[in-house]
Amino acid sequence: MSTDGVTVAGGAPQAALRDPAAAAAAHSAVAGPPEPGGRAARRRRAGHMTWRRALRRDWQLYTLLVLPLVFFLIFRYLPMFGNVIAFRRFRPGGSIFGEEWVGLHYVRMFINDPTFWNVFQNTLVLGVLSLVIIFPLPIVLALMLNELRSRRFKRLVQTISYLPHFMSVVIVAGLVFQITAMRGTINQVVTAFGGEAVPFMQLAEWFRTIYVGSEIWQTVGWGTILYLAALSTVDPQLYEAARIDGANRWRQTWHVTLPGIRPTMVVLLILNIGSFMAVGFEKILLLYNPLLYPTADVIATYLYRVGIGSSQFSYATAIGLFEALIGLTLVLSANAISRRVVGASLW
Amino acid sequence: MVTAENVTRLDERLSQSTVRAVKDTRAYTAFRIVNGTLLVIIALVTLYPFVNLVAQAFSSESYINAGQVNLWPKGFNVTTFQLVMGDAMFWRNYQNTVYYTVVATLVAMVLTTTFAYAISKYHLKGRKVFIGIAVFTMFFNGGLIPNYVLVNELGLRNSVWAIALPNAISVFNLLVMKSFFENFSTELEEAAEIDGLSTYGKLWRIVLPLSKAVIATMILFYAVSFWNSWFAAFLYMDHRDLYPVTVYLRNLIAGATSVDGAAGSAEATQIAANVKAVTMLLTVLPIVCLYPFVQRYFVSGVMLGSVKQ
Repeated sequence: MSTDGVTVAGGAPQAALRDPAAAAAAHSAVAGPPEPGGRAARRRRAGHMTWRRALRRDWQLYTLLVLPLVFFLIFRYLPMFGNVIAFRRFRPGGSIFGEEWVGLHYVRMFINDPTFWNVFQNTLVLGVLSLVIIFPLPIVLALMLNELRSRRFKRLVQTISYLPHFMSVVIVAGLVFQITAMRGTINQVVTAFGGEAVPFMQLAEWFRTIYVGSEIWQTVGWGTILYLAALSTVDPQLYEAARIDGANRWRQTWHVTLPGIRPTMVVLLILNIGSFMAVGFEKILLLYNPLLYPTADVIATYLYRVGIGSSQFSYATAIGLFEALIGLTLVLSANAISRRVVGASLW
Repeated sequence: MVTAENVTRLDERLSQSTVRAVKDTRAYTAFRIVNGTLLVIIALVTLYPFVNLVAQAFSSESYINAGQVNLWPKGFNVTTFQLVMGDAMFWRNYQNTVYYTVVATLVAMVLTTTFAYAISKYHLKGRKVFIGIAVFTMFFNGGLIPNYVLVNELGLRNSVWAIALPNAISVFNLLVMKSFFENFSTELEEAAEIDGLSTYGKLWRIVLPLSKAVIATMILFYAVSFWNSWFAAFLYMDHRDLYPVTVYLRNLIAGATSVDGAAGSAEATQIAANVKAVTMLLTVLPIVCLYPFVQRYFVSGVMLGSVKQ
């Protein structure tokens, strides 16, 4: 959300950002006396400042970087290289990089594993459902909130709708069990209309509905924040102009409001596509049981059972690496396509 | 700069309506009525699970089992509260949650603040590389098993460090702080430099005291995420008395559902529903109580993180 080239909330009070180039130029002007060579020469010199000089001047800043960089190295980059055990035999208690090369053994293993293809399909289905159903909802809710005139009412709805975002996934799972229980609220409604109570959490065909429903409940309200911020930056003169041109409310929304929040939509869409494969692992782990595996078991939960449950570390790592690479490919391609087609991108 | 006043202003902007002063058409009036009604319904539906939770927590088991508890407690009872609060393990785990949250948040704040401050300096050589090192981990990470192997190999099992260290820096929070520091007044820092303050002195005596609002926001972000987390403890803690309350709750829920699934004794199911509700209520209580007062900080934090770099 916050990488180069993206303005999501350009009008926020904090958005008065300095131009990095100007800052650098100003700095080099301080560092050395002005020369007749002019700006180009100065810029070249600033760019060529040696590490030795940089270290001497900013060594204190560099010492501040040491601990965080050690963190990234050990807890982020080392595990990335730890993925090499997908191609090496791993012995518990042995080296974290495995014992000997086995080539694509574990990759062939999951390609020939029917369970893998089942969980792969489930991951895709849940990913697509989340993207298609959940992505547009915060936009709709933000537009609805934007039409409210009473500020207190708007505030109240916002406060209530953000609340589920702060709940632990354990609580959310507990609430799902509570509402969908045999004697829970949903079944009370079902029986009130003369239906039979449904054991929701034991029927695989209900899992996707329940999962998507709980995601909507937890994420849509919070998801409106960035859209509301973008909406507040749309230039009122544009509405004025649209009205003079005879546009009614609906056309104003279509031709002024939506284009105004389009950069936000694009950025969030790209980010959503990037997390497409990482469907709510923890939530599913809490909600599912063997009866629900046909629809609920996803790549992440399967590799959890294979890896942590049955200690097949190399096999599980191969599956995890495959998943992570798909995720990375998706976000890179979404970003590239978006840059070409709509001119907005993450970096 | 995020001062308390600015946070309020920002918050007000978010709840402002961009209303255009013009006479409504009849169709628009109809739309507004439908819109308002829908939003009321959305708010009620969002609140319902919590209302139901409170109702079940204060009801007696037989009414829950008869499917009669929805909005209001039936067969009012508080003995379950005494039961759960009298459970030594529950308190033990609650204390663990507090302890893990405090330690992990502290570690996270130190690492995030120092890194964010350093990479907020445009003149720092290698700045783009350092930012890149952090941002890349948003899109690609080692995955579950290599992380699991690493934490075990480092001997962090059964200690608070298994929870605190692997999640010490959230890149999103890091970028929020970075954009905040980038907007920090350069004049103030230059003046401090002339007065002979070192980089550390500037950070500690000038920048941090003037960044209280953003620091509060970051502490809240981290604290809530550590308070809510359960999976790391679930993976790395072997003893019941090391669990945080979320894992206590998870085991309670998992146990209860297996009773349900096996269509076991009705008695067990009954007790489970009420006990579950009480335990969940006690777990969310601190967050729900604090939430109305700190919500605006969260909102401003998200906004700050999303401005152009």
